[in-house]
Amino acid sequence: MELIEVPLHAVAHSRAGDKGNRANLSLMPYDPELWPALAEQVTEARVLALFAHRGATRCTRYDLPLIHAFNFIIDDALEGGVNGSLNLDGHGKSLSFRLLSMTVKVPADKLPRT
Amino acid sequence: MSDLFLVGNGAGFSGDRVDAPIPVVRALVQRGLPAAMFFECLAERTIALAQIEKRRDPDAGYEPMLERLLEPILADCARAGIPILGNFGAANPMAAARCVARLARRLGIPELRIGVVTGDDVSGTVDLSTLAVHEADAGLDMSAWTLVSANAYIGAAPLAGALARGAQVVVAGRTSDPSLAIAPLMHHFGWAEDDWQALALGAACGHLLECGSQVTGGVFWDPGFKDIPDPANIGFPYAEIGRDGSLVVTKPEDTGGLVDLRSVKEQLLYELHDPAAYLTPDVVMDITGVTLEQQGRDRVALRGVKGHARPERLKVTACYEGSWLGEGEVSVAGPNALARARATADVLLQRVKQRGLGRRARADLIGISAVHDSDAGALWRSYDGPEPPEIRIRLAVESATRDDADQASREALAMLCCGTAGTSGARWRVTPRILTRSFLVPREMVPTEVTVREARLWN
Repeated sequence: MELIEVPLHAVAHSRAGDKGNRANLSLMPYDPELWPALAEQVTEARVLALFAHRGATRCTRYDLPLIHAFNFIIDDALEGGVNGSLNLDGHGKSLSFRLLSMTVKVPADKLPRT
Repeated sequence: MSDLFLVGNGAGFSGDRVDAPIPVVRALVQRGLPAAMFFECLAERTIALAQIEKRRDPDAGYEPMLERLLEPILADCARAGIPILGNFGAANPMAAARCVARLARRLGIPELRIGVVTGDDVSGTVDLSTLAVHEADAGLDMSAWTLVSANAYIGAAPLAGALARGAQVVVAGRTSDPSLAIAPLMHHFGWAEDDWQALALGAACGHLLECGSQVTGGVFWDPGFKDIPDPANIGFPYAEIGRDGSLVVTKPEDTGGLVDLRSVKEQLLYELHDPAAYLTPDVVMDITGVTLEQQGRDRVALRGVKGHARPERLKVTACYEGSWLGEGEVSVAGPNALARARATADVLLQRVKQRGLGRRARADLIGISAVHDSDAGALWRSYDGPEPPEIRIRLAVESATRDDADQASREALAMLCCGTAGTSGARWRVTPRILTRSFLVPREMVPTEVTVREARLWN
C-alpha cells in the first residue's frame, strides 16, 4: 500500500487542556486502525520539538489503546501558564492544532477525504 | 428508590451560555426519573476576581450570571424535585444564597430550601507557608505577590450532607468540579465515602459533564472535519447513572450538537494527566480500562472506570495580585503589510525597553503567528510564507505598576501618528494580573459547615 504524508489533522483529532504550566493534548485517529501507525510516528521527542520554541522541557505520552487515544503531557510549554503568560492564549487551548499540523505517513486508503 | 439517576449540567464555566440549562431541565422533567442539575462556574482565577469584587461590595463576589441562569429553571426544578448544585457561590456563598432566596420569593416559592457549604476559604485559617507546594507549580517566584484568596477544593460529602437536610439548591464556593456531580449520586444511591468504585463512576460522570457543551460538540466542531448540527444551540449534557455501575452520556433531543465517541474521548482526556490517577478530593479515578460504546444517536456508554483511595491531602489554590498587564494593538493591511508589521512590533518593543516600562514584553503578529508563538516571537520572526492581506500587531507588557502598564499600552496608540504608513485601529487596555499557586493541605485543616434554610428566612 502506498504511504502518503499528511498533516495529523487529516486523520486525527485533538483537544488541549492545561494545569499550571503544563499542557495536555489528547490525540485520537478517526480510524482506530491508524492507532498503531500514530503510536510509531507521533513520538514524545517529535511532540516536544513542536514546543521547543516555547521552552518546553519534557513530554510524556500515555497510551490508551482501548479507546484508540493518546494523552501527551508537555511540561513548561505555556510560558508561565494562564496566570503568568503574556500570550493571548494563556491556557494553550489552541495548541491542539499545533499538534495536528505535524505530518505523518499513512496508507492512502486510510485517508477519509482526498 | 430508582435504579437510574439523571445528572444534568447547566454551565461549564463562568461565562457560559445563560440559556443552556433550559432544555436540559426540560429533558430531565420529561424523563420523570430522579435527577439533579449542577453548574460549574469557577475557573482557577475566577474566585480571586470575585474576592476583589467582594472587597468592593460585601454583597457581591458570587457568579454574576446566577440569577439569569436560575430564573428560567428554578421553579420547574423545585416542582419536579430536581436539586440544583453549583460552585456559583465563588468568594461569597452567603450572598449567593441571598440572591437565590430573593429570586425564589419573587417566583412565589418562599419555602424553597437553600443550603450553603462553607469552609473552602482558608485564607484566614491556614498558614500557606507551612504547606507543600503542588508539583505543577514548583519553581514559581512569589516575591512581591499580595495574597487575594486561598481556597481548598472540597469534596462531595458536605454537598451530599446539604441534600440530606432537604436542600433544593446547594450553593458552594470552591469545590472540585466532579464533586458537584458526585454529591447527588452519593445522596441518591447512599454511596459510602470509601466506596471507591462507586465514587469513580461519579467522578467519571462529573468529569465528562463539568465542562458543559465540551462533551456535546463545544470546542469540538471543525467545519468539514467534525461537523455538528446547529452549533448556535448546542444542547448541554446529562448522564444516566445506574445502580449497577452503568453510565450513559446524552443530551436533550431538541438541541444542537452531538454526543459520539469522538466528543466523549476528547472530554474524557481533557485536562487529564496520568490516565491511571486522576485526582479528586473524593476518589482517584483510573480510566486506563475504560471502553466506550455508541448506543444509538447521541448516547455513549462508558464502562470499566476504576477507583482508588482518595488523596490524603486537599488541593488549595491561592491567588495573588502580582503585577499589571498592558496590551495594545494596531492593524496594517495591503501591500508590504508583513514588513510594516515586523517593523511595528520591533519599534513597540524598543519603546517599552527604552522607557523602562515592563519587566517582560512580547509582540504578536496576529495573522502570522500569535497564540502558537513564544514571548521571543520565534515563529513570526522566522516566518517565510506568503504575505497575508492583513496583520494585527499586538504588544503585551507585564509591569510592576498600573501606570507603567498603561503607558506601555499607549505606545500602541501613539503608533497612529508615529507608526508605519497606513497604521490603524488602535486599542489599548490595562488589567490586573492574578497569579496563582497551588498547595496541598491536610484534610483536617479544612472543616466545612452546612447551613440550610428556607428562602423566606435568608436575608
